[in-house]
Parts: sequence; C-alpha cells; structure tokens
Amino acid sequence: MYLNANNISFAYKKNKPILKNISISIPDNKVIGLMGDSGSGKSTLCKVITGYIENYTGTVTLDREVINNKGYHPAQLIFQHPEKTMNPKWKMHKVLEESWNPPQELMDTFGLKDNWLGRWPNELSGGELQRFSILRALNPNTKFIIADEISTMLDAVTQVQIWDALLDYCKHNKIGILAVSHDKELLDVIADDIILFDDINKL
Amino acid sequence: MSKVGFLNPLNSMNLRQKTILLIAVIILVLVTIFLSSYSIDTSTMVTNFMARNQAPSFEHLFGTDWLGRDMFTRTIKGLGLSIMIGAIASILSSIVAMIMAFLSSINKYGDTLMAWLIDFFSSIPHLLLLIMISICLGKGAIGVIIGVAFTHWTSLARVLRVEIKEINTSEYVNLARRLGKGNLWVAKEHILPLVVTQIIVGTLLIFPHAIMHEASITFLGFGLSPHEPAIGIILSESMSYLTMGDWWLAFFPGAALLIVVLLFDILGEQIEKLLDPTKAQK
Ligand SMILES: Nc1ncnc2c1ncn2[C@@H]1O[C@H](COP(=O)(O)OP(=O)(O)OP(=O)(O)O)[C@@H](O)[C@H]1O
Ligand SMILES: [Mg+2]
Repeated sequence: MYLNANNISFAYKKNKPILKNISISIPDNKVIGLMGDSGSGKSTLCKVITGYIENYTGTVTLDREVINNKGYHPAQLIFQHPEKTMNPKWKMHKVLEESWNPPQELMDTFGLKDNWLGRWPNELSGGELQRFSILRALNPNTKFIIADEISTMLDAVTQVQIWDALLDYCKHNKIGILAVSHDKELLDVIADDIILFDDINKL
Repeated sequence: MSKVGFLNPLNSMNLRQKTILLIAVIILVLVTIFLSSYSIDTSTMVTNFMARNQAPSFEHLFGTDWLGRDMFTRTIKGLGLSIMIGAIASILSSIVAMIMAFLSSINKYGDTLMAWLIDFFSSIPHLLLLIMISICLGKGAIGVIIGVAFTHWTSLARVLRVEIKEINTSEYVNLARRLGKGNLWVAKEHILPLVVTQIIVGTLLIFPHAIMHEASITFLGFGLSPHEPAIGIILSESMSYLTMGDWWLAFFPGAALLIVVLLFDILGEQIEKLLDPTKAQK
C-alpha cells in the first residue's frame, strides 16, 4: 500500500507559496525521514497529507484513490506539541477513547501509567502527553503515521523507548511512517530513506 | 490566627464553601418570595375602606393604599410576577442566543450575518426597541417577554459565538474530525460541555435586566395591564399619592424590586465563580 502526495501546491497567503508542486510517496513497509530548514514548510506538508489543510492544489491518494476527508483519515498526524491536541476539559482516558481502547500491553510498551488515565491534560508533562497522542494515533484504522518532530521534547532514553515501541508496532501492523526531524542522527537510526525537503520543494 | 476565628463558622469555611452557601441563601430567598406570591392569603388585598392610606405598622408592614389594600401582599404578588416574567424572558432570550450562535457556526455567511445582527440589535437602545415590540404585540405579558427576549440575546450570543469559533478551530477538534467524528459528536462532546457555564451564567445575568425593563415599561404604560399585580403598576399608581405624603406606597415595592434584581445579579456572579473559577479571577 502506498500513500502519495501528488503535485501539492499551497500558500497561506497569496503570492507567498510554501509548497511548490511537491510529490512524495510513502510505502507501508518503510520509514521515510524528512529533513529541512526551519520554516521551510515541512509541517505544512504534513498537515496537507493528513487532511488538516484542505485548500491546496494537487491530490493525496491511498493506492491511487483520493482520500475522503470526511471519515477516519488513514494517515494520522502526531504533532510536536501534544497539549494543544487535547481538550483541556477531558480526562486522559477520554482523550484516548475518542480514538480507540488500546490493549493494556500496548500501553505498557509505551510506558503509559494507569494512574495517568484519570488526570487532566495539564496534570501531565509534555513527554507523558506525547505517549498518549502517539497511542491515540495507533487506532487499527490507521495505515500511515506522519510524525512531525514527535520526540524533540523527550530525553534520550525516553526517545529510544518510544521510537522502539512505535517502530515495532508499525512493522507488525504494516503501517508506513513519515518522520520529520532536524535530528540527523535519529533519522539515520530509524529511517530507511531520508528525503531533504529542499530537494522535493523546488519548481 | 485570631482567637475567635474558630468560633465563627464562616471563618473556617473555604472560599468555595462560602460561595455555595451564598448561592443557596439567595436561591432560598428568591424561591420563598416566588412561592409565597402564589400561595399568599389574598384576603388582605381586597378593598377595605376602613384601612385606607395607613402608614407602615405591625399589622400592615408596608402600609396600605388608597383602597385599603395591604401593600406587603401587593408587593410580594408583584415580585412573584416579576420573577416569573424574568424567568420566561431570560430563558427565551438564551434560547435565541443559542440558536443565533449555532447559526453563526454553520458557515461563513451565517457568521457574517450573525455578527451584523448582533451589532445591529445591541446598537439600538433596549428600552426603545422593547417598547416598540411590546406595542406591536399588543402590550401585556407576552409583549414584554418577547420584547426582552429579542433585545437581550446579543451579549450571550456574542460570547457563545467567539467561544464556539475558538473550540471549532482548535487542534483537538480538528483532530477529532480526522478521527472521523462528525458535527454531532463535536457539538455534543466538545462544544456543549465547554459553553454550558456561559449559558447558565448568561441566562441568570439577563434576569435583572428583564425584571427592570418589565417594571419600567409597565410603569410607563407600555407593558402589563393595570389589572396585573405588577410592581410597575404599583409604582405608577402610587405616583399621584406621593405628593400627599404616602411615601410607603412607592418606597417598599421599589426597594423590594431593587433587592430582587441585586440578588439575581449576585447569584449570576457567584455561580460563574463556582463553575469557572479561572474566568472569575480575570
Ligand atoms: N497558520 C499559518 N498561517 C500563516 N503562515 C503560516 C502558518 N503556519 C505556518 N506558516 C508559515 O509557513 C512557513 C512554513 O511553516 P512550517 O511550520 O510548515 O515550517 P517547518 O518546516 O515545519 O518549520 P520547523 O522546522 O521550524 O518546524 C513558515 O514561514 C511559517 O511562518
Ligand atoms: Mg514544523
């Protein structure tokens, strides 16, 4: 299975194009790393691929079929800052349940503690919240994970633990990954291929 | 630490408990007024020429009027009617506000239209619009209620519109939609629980306005009919007797009305404090 972005162009403001005719292809059995300068448009591309931005030109397809943005999106975005992606008035178990009920062993591999489930988002650290947002994205309907600098805020040990768990889960469930990061060493370890954003974003 | 502190139960309560106590007392007072106005013995309100124009006494706490009717009974009756009309008008007003806020969240055009309507309605002086609506609907309670409802929905609608827009464009709602959640889910699970405080407080804060406006347009002769036991009617009737020194005819009903209005105002503020402590501190 392939997730494709085909000839994507997009501008937040007229005459200031951010994405210029970008095409990218992600197979479901690989981890594709994406690197690029700050402010070049990587996060914007991630939002186009996952349906957060709708007024772009070009197409986003799953095995040649245009993705319907009304239902469950097969490509789920995980943000750099998880706190904004959680309703502040919801306890963590509800945040998770909005997507699915992960099995206990999966929660364990991500180091998610049971007593966190009864807390509010503002009672957890960024790293703890990030485990929830990753787990939330692993709903069985997910075919691709778009990880936009998801481990920037974590210490080295936690970073390894979380990436190990994520790579393992995705390998077993045939989920493809697009991993955006500034961290060359991290991408060298986790990614099968590394793409430079500037190479795909030029007319 | 003061030594007498523990003797005074109020001192040993935290802020939240004090707020709850205050809310409970106010609700008790208002409910008592309301219930007694519908169960009070109206025999003291019949015309009694033997007891005309009496100043306040133990028998007639608020005195009597020129027909010998007990002013305390009339005042309680009037307050009951005020609360009743205030309640219906406030609730109707919030319903209008909710419908308007909902319409504005549907699309850009609805939102533009609603922003314009909110500005338009809040730019006209309330009293003027109220009197016009009341006259058009043939005065009476219905005219007053509809008049208040259609002039007072704007402030709550404005708050709701901004709040709903903020929630709707938040990343967590965006994410919910990528999880395949529809409008109904978003409205029920994300929006409603976050605006319910505003709706309750907003409704309560319309109450004082509704009551004051009802009384004032009734006083001016554009509201309730003279047969109703309304405070506005009592006040306008008493006008011609004030010059004769019968001060109690206007003083007690007027003061009682102000107290009820103040109680609703405090109630709204305290409930806001209770439900949303962070907002009240701003
Ligand atoms: N909502 C927005 N409205 C207007 N401009 C935006 C918006 N979001 C981002 N931009 C602009 O678009 C450009 C690309 O931003 P983007 O977040 O995609 O960059 P990035 O490659 O992810 O950067 P970083 O590596 O720092 O995360 C930036 O110049 C940014 O200022
Ligand atoms: Mg970015």
